[in-house]
Parts: sequence; C-alpha cells; structure tokens
Amino acid sequence: MTTETKYRVIGTRPLRPDGVDKVTGRAIYGADVVLPRMAHGKVLRSPHPHARIISIDTSAAEKVKGVLAVISGRDMPDVTGSVAGGEGGDINMRYASNNVMAHGKALYEGHAVAAVVATSPHIASEALKLITVEYEVLPPVIDVRKAMEANAPILLDDLRTDSGGVKSESASNIAAHLVAEEGDVEKGFAAAAVVVEHEFTFQTVHQGYIEPHACTAEWRSDGQITVWCSTQGSFAVRQQVAAILKHPISQVKVVPTEIGGGFGGKIPVYLEPVAAMLSHKAQRPVRMVMDRTEVLMATGPTPGAYIKVKMGADADGKITAAQGYLAYEAGAYPDSFIGAGMLCLFAPYKLTNVKIDGFDVVVNKPSSTAYRAPGAPIAAFACETVLDEIAEKLGMDSLAIRELNSAVEGDWRAFAPPFTRIGALECVQAAIASDHWNTPLVKEGADGKKRGRGAARGYWGNWDGVSSAIGRLNPDGTVSLLEGSTDIGGSRASIAMMFAEAFGVEYAQVHPSVVDTDTVDYNDVTGGSRTTFGTGYAVYKLAKKMQGEIVEKLAEIWEVAADAITIDGSCYSSNGHSATITQLAKLFEEHGVHINASITAKGNNTSGAFATHIVDVEVDAETGKVEILRYTAVQDAGTAIHPSYVEGQMQGGVAQGIGWALNEGYFYDANCKLKNATLLDYRMPTALDIPPIETIIVEVPQPTHPYGVRGVGEVPIVPPTAAIANAIYDAVGVRLHALPMSPSNVWEALESK
Amino acid sequence: MATQIVSGKTAITATINGETRDWLCEPRQTLLEVLRDTLGLTGSKEGCSNGNCGACNVIMDGRLVNTCCVLAVEADETEITTVEGLATPDGLSTLQANFIEGAGLQCGFCTPGFLVSTKALLDKNPNPTDEEIRWWLAGNLCRCTGYDKILSAIKKTIAETNAS
Ligand code: FES
Ligand code: FES
Repeated sequence: MTTETKYRVIGTRPLRPDGVDKVTGRAIYGADVVLPRMAHGKVLRSPHPHARIISIDTSAAEKVKGVLAVISGRDMPDVTGSVAGGEGGDINMRYASNNVMAHGKALYEGHAVAAVVATSPHIASEALKLITVEYEVLPPVIDVRKAMEANAPILLDDLRTDSGGVKSESASNIAAHLVAEEGDVEKGFAAAAVVVEHEFTFQTVHQGYIEPHACTAEWRSDGQITVWCSTQGSFAVRQQVAAILKHPISQVKVVPTEIGGGFGGKIPVYLEPVAAMLSHKAQRPVRMVMDRTEVLMATGPTPGAYIKVKMGADADGKITAAQGYLAYEAGAYPDSFIGAGMLCLFAPYKLTNVKIDGFDVVVNKPSSTAYRAPGAPIAAFACETVLDEIAEKLGMDSLAIRELNSAVEGDWRAFAPPFTRIGALECVQAAIASDHWNTPLVKEGADGKKRGRGAARGYWGNWDGVSSAIGRLNPDGTVSLLEGSTDIGGSRASIAMMFAEAFGVEYAQVHPSVVDTDTVDYNDVTGGSRTTFGTGYAVYKLAKKMQGEIVEKLAEIWEVAADAITIDGSCYSSNGHSATITQLAKLFEEHGVHINASITAKGNNTSGAFATHIVDVEVDAETGKVEILRYTAVQDAGTAIHPSYVEGQMQGGVAQGIGWALNEGYFYDANCKLKNATLLDYRMPTALDIPPIETIIVEVPQPTHPYGVRGVGEVPIVPPTAAIANAIYDAVGVRLHALPMSPSNVWEALESK
Repeated sequence: MATQIVSGKTAITATINGETRDWLCEPRQTLLEVLRDTLGLTGSKEGCSNGNCGACNVIMDGRLVNTCCVLAVEADETEITTVEGLATPDGLSTLQANFIEGAGLQCGFCTPGFLVSTKALLDKNPNPTDEEIRWWLAGNLCRCTGYDKILSAIKKTIAETNAS
C-alpha cells in the first residue's frame, strides 16, 4: 500500500540493534547470568498428578556437603489477594503461590514440592533424591468433561462456580460459566437451509520456546531483592515476586535478560520467588534453570478442550445462527482464557443470532497460561471447519462464503464493543485475489497421493495496556531510548523506528535499550500483541514531548516566542534561525541545557487483527501422513512498521499452527501421567516439515493509533489448524474433529470412512 | 594424551576458536556445561539437554556435535569452533550479517546453533540444494521464525560466496 510514500522510516527494513550480540553469542539470556558466589537451585517435583502432601523430610538432603538450604511450601508465606495480570485479568496470588511451591496438595505431575540450593547444580540434583515426601495419593481427573461431572474428584476445596457473579453452593471444578448472547439462535436455526453441528476435542499443547525458564535472584541482608530473568514482563515479575514473598514491592528490582521465546508462557513466575527464597536462606545469589522436561511438565501450556459448534445458513450462504459450547481445561488453577476463546470463536463473521457458553474448568494438569492468541486457535478450528462443511453443502466456494459473511465495522462481537474499522473483509478479498488461490491445484501427486486445498480465517483482539519510556538527547544528536517493554522478537527496532519517525530523525540516530524496573516507569507485559501498538504509541507521545521541550529551550536561547518556532522533520527554524537536531544538540551542550523526557501512556486499541490463510496439502493414505505443499498467510497489520518482522511473525505463527495441527499434543497414560515430556517425543516442526510461507500484508490502519498499527504477533496462529483440516477434507474426503491430525489419527479416520 | 586425575577431576586441553584452553572437569560434566560454566562461552545454548534442539551445537574436529551429548572429557586434544569463533576482528561473517539483515532471527536463542550447523554444512558442501539445507538443519529447532527467513539468509550467503 502507501506506507513508502507516507513515512520516512516506517515501512523500511533497518537492522535490529541487538542483532550483532545475537549472532555472536554475546547476548545474555536467562541462564547466562553469572554472579560472584552464585549458588544453584533445583526443584523436587511431585510424581503424582493429585496427592495430599502428608510430610516432607529434608534432613538427609540438608546434610549433603555443598547443600546450603532446603525449602518446601511451609517456608513460603501464606498469601491472599490478587495482582494485575495484564491481559488475562487478575492473577489470584494464593493460587500463584501454591503453583510455584505446593502448599498441602500437589495438583499435577511435576508440581513443585521442595527446592534445594547447593554450591553446584549436580549437588543440588543429588540432594533432591534424599528428600522424603509422604503422599496420600488422590484420584486424578485430566479430562475436562469428566472434571465437570458431579462426582468428579475435587481439586480445590474452596472453588465455587462463578456464573455471572453468582457463586455455586458447593465446591466444583468449574471455576466459571460465561455466556455471550445476541439475538435469538432458535429463530436463526429455524430460518436456516443448512445446519451443521459437530463436537471437537483438543489436547494440551505447549508454546515450545527453545529457551527453558531461567533466573538468578539475590536477596541481600538489607532486604533488597534483585531478580535477573527471562520474562515477557519485568514489572509482572516484580509484582508477583513481591506478592508471593510478601515483600515490599519497592525492594524488588527485576532486570530482564534477553528472552529466548515466550509466546505467552513467560508471563507467570515459576522459579523467581523460589530462587529469591533460596537466596534468602543461603545468603548467596541463586541461579535456577529448568530442564526441558520441567518446562513441559510444570510450566503453563495451553488448555485442552471440548468444543461443540452449531451453525446454520440460508440457501444463499448467509449465516442465520451460530452457537458454541466451549469447555477449556485451565489446569490446576482457574483461568484458561475461556473468555478470549469465546470472543474469537465467531468474530470474523457478521452474526445477528448467536449464543456461546464457556466453561473454565480445573483438571490435574499444569496450570495453563497464554499461548499466542490464547483460546483462539481451537475455537477457530471448530467454527472454520463447520463453516466449510456448510459451504460444501450449499455448493459454495469456501472463500466466497467467508467474504459474504465477513464482519465489518459496527458488527457485534462477544464481550467487547462493536468493531471499529477492521480489515477482516480486505483479508478475505486479498486471499481470493492471491496467486495461490488462483493457481489450480493438481489434485494428485505423481505417486498417487491425494492433494487438497483449504482456507480458514482467524481473529485476535489486540490489547493496549500501559507502556513507559524515557528519551535523552545526546550531545551528538542521537537519542537514548529506554524502554520497559521486553523485546521478544525485534520490537527494539520497530519502537525505535516509530520514535525516529515522530521525532524527525533517522533510525540510526535512535539507540533503544530495554531497562530494569528501577530505571523506567511501570510497563505492562509484552503480550496480547500490544508492544508495537502500545509502546509505539508511548514513544510517539515521548517524541512529541521532547520536541515541545526543545522548542521551549530554543525559544530562550534564540530569544523568540515558542510559537514562532516551526518544526520540519529534524529542522527547527524561526525568524532567520534554523538548526537541525544534531546542531541543536551541540548548541544545548554549549548552553548546559539537557533534553530528557519520560512518558507513561496507555493507548486505546479498539478493534484487533484478522487473517485469512490458504494451504495445500498432500495426504499419504497408507500412513496418514500429511505434507504441507504450499502455504499463504494474509493478514491485516494496520501499518507494517518493519515489514520483515511482520512477515516473520506471520511465518512463525503459521509454523506453530502447523505443529499444532499435525503433531503436537500432551499424551497421558491411564494413570494420568505425561508420556512425552521431551523434545524427542513432543515433536515440534523442523525445517523439513515447514514449506516456504508466503505472506500478504494488508494495511487497514487502526483508527486509534498515530501510525495505524495493529498487533501482528498472535493472529497468525489462529487459522492454520482449520485451514489444514479443510485441505485434508478436500484431499481425501474425511473431516477431522480432533487435534493433532497426526498420521495415526488421519489413518484411523481414513480406515473408518 | 590426557589425563592426570587431580582430586577426582581430569585435566583436559583443547583448541577452542583457535585458542588453547585447558580445564579440570568432572567425568559427568558435558562439554556444554564446561563451555558455558567453566570457559565462559555462553553463546552455546541449552534447549533440551538430550540432542533434540541443536542450540548447543559446535564443530568438533570438523564434525557437527550436540555438546549436551558429548562428555567434556571427550574433548581432550580436539579442535572446536563455537559461535564465538565465527566473527573475526574485521567483522561478522557473511552468514552472520545475512541472518541480521534478512531477519533470520527473532528471539535469537536458536541462532548460535543454526549458524554453527550451517557453517558445518557449507564447509563440507558449499552448494547445497534447498532440500539438503533443510535436511541438514532438521536437527536445529527454531520456534520463532518458521525457518523461512533462516533459509533465505543461508541461500543469500551461498549466492554471495559464489559471486565473490
Ligand atoms: S541442548 Fe543440546 S541438542 Fe538441545
Ligand atoms: S529465533 Fe527464537 S527460536 Fe529461533
């Protein structure tokens, strides 16, 4: 579109400032922090998915040479209340505390029950084996529908079902029942020419960031706690550590390291409060690093679920009604992003008659957390495969029915005001016009394998949140830009670009860095696709504020009225005076003037982002293996600040979606024990599994952002699973209603066809 | 040859990135642990500890190895290249520069492993096909990029090397 002509910096592809450190091995990630006298912590984890802890005997472990201290739940303070958790709503701190170290009950296999600090990680691991824990093993429940039954084992004795503010009388595993409704679904279904309804089941899957969780904490004798860690939100860690340790928040400083992937999974704390407590006991800095099995067993994956979706359309293909029933597995503690799943379920479509019931249910699995567009991909799988079947029954093209029914500005969506300007329709239209959609697919490979094409859509509602930044004009005319948003994939570049654009300087004149919680003001987590939007908004305002300061100081030096000074890019002039930022910086230095400003700002994100994907697959009927032949992702980025990183987000989201579609899932045995907690058995896509991913960026500017930014990180993971399922149907004529569509599952479906 | 035992530890000597390094290590220590914690070469990353992610890869006597699966005592008298050895005082290697320019990294955690693995491939086969690159790199997991821009950065490097 027209970004090139409209902007100087935005839309270009400059080099990221942290690139050199990351290709030379110099960048410091969570496990790379080294401090003098540093000791090493390890966690003992429950082998049982559900058990009461009767006693813990740590005496033998404490006697091991090199062991400095041992802690368990009784060493952690009892906490109540909640802190702001950002996008997912408030975090219940008692549950969060129990999750980092079990108090009384272990609620999933891998739940932390004790921790050791020693002079070496090997000694700490050896000492763990000498801790004796007596358990009363309780019956576990890991399936959402079984957990909802009246006689199910109860995980949390105090949990009552919240239905629109009304609490149930007795304890239940159902934490909440939410309803979103508009119009009259019964009337809508009565008016339909075609109605399709299916049930779906989904496994737990993991974000799969390559860097395991890691942190180093130092609790000094004056009470000051410093935590170095790999996190999506340094302020979120500060709040959680302070709350879990009942420590004054002003005495907790969090220094974010580089972060080796998060995708939502590095918002909650797991190790940080434990490392701090161990440091307190050992009087040394303590480093803790998870291994991969701990990451898979004991951090927050995305929920498994049961979903039922029913949709009806008239003979022209207009959707007349849509109904959904979503039950999500929150894991051990409530909050499965059920609300987000309900919001995203039918969001791409214009609906007048709709009803959605959502259930947030605790089960004996690790406490789930956000994973890229949390709650949305499985909801989209259900809606988009049902809609595909409707199109087929009506003899309609699958993108034509999506174009016909697309949501536009002013349309209803669950739990949020009607859409403002969105690019939903534009994405479908760009997909229809794409080379991929217009290139006929040869329906059979040379070896007789069947090929098919599928399409699907997705929505994710971007979050805005609070961001802070500090700008300092240096004497050489550059700007040091300090940010509170941790950078999980190139945001330092895109934020610096927006600042440069607004401040009228070149990208190379801006030096961004991510700083600690004592240096910058409060900043919400990097999550909810908010950073480019929200921190971009903040630095735009910061640039304007700094320009205002420059004008004010310049007016004094030039002895002119402030409003007589005009700004044109980096050039300030008035009354015969004229100077660029670089010249001004020198002038200010001569006059002893310093230009510094800080900003804390909250944008107002009123819509969100849409995507439409197209995929070609080849199915091997003998093995059930699905190969991805071609993939095109279309997405509305609002304005693509750094197009390479927008494309990168789209491609990365698609790759994760392909893994989710074809391979990934937690496999449990009959005793509810996880059987695939390694990267050999939890198999994520490799370079051999992912084809080149074509990207088409649509730009329908977000109306409430100075540069029209929409979040781009999350929505690309929403359509892939459904697009692939629809392509498999096109190839071999079977509709799959569960993930993953692994060779064995596809083969079984083909056999029972 | 190795190896005198000093208080239960073995003395090891190896050439790492052209420099002679020696250290004492316990028999149970992996090469990855020694590189990172004893020698301060934290560019090699630990993603899985069992040979499935490639984040810890180095070139050892011309062979690509997962250092999480190599015991440090096995490194005696070997020659090792880690990610820290890819740039020269004159600047980045073409491959490194192309990873940055082509957005071949997002979080960057897998990047050292990809760079080292690619170097091992190109040392052996300077003109691999797309399929050969993908096959070779199937031992390196990247969860951020979808591999597309990693492949482009490598292909650009091959083209530039051929042209020069
Ligand atoms: S850490 Fe060595 S292969 Fe993953
Ligand atoms: S860039 Fe993050 S894992 Fe590859």
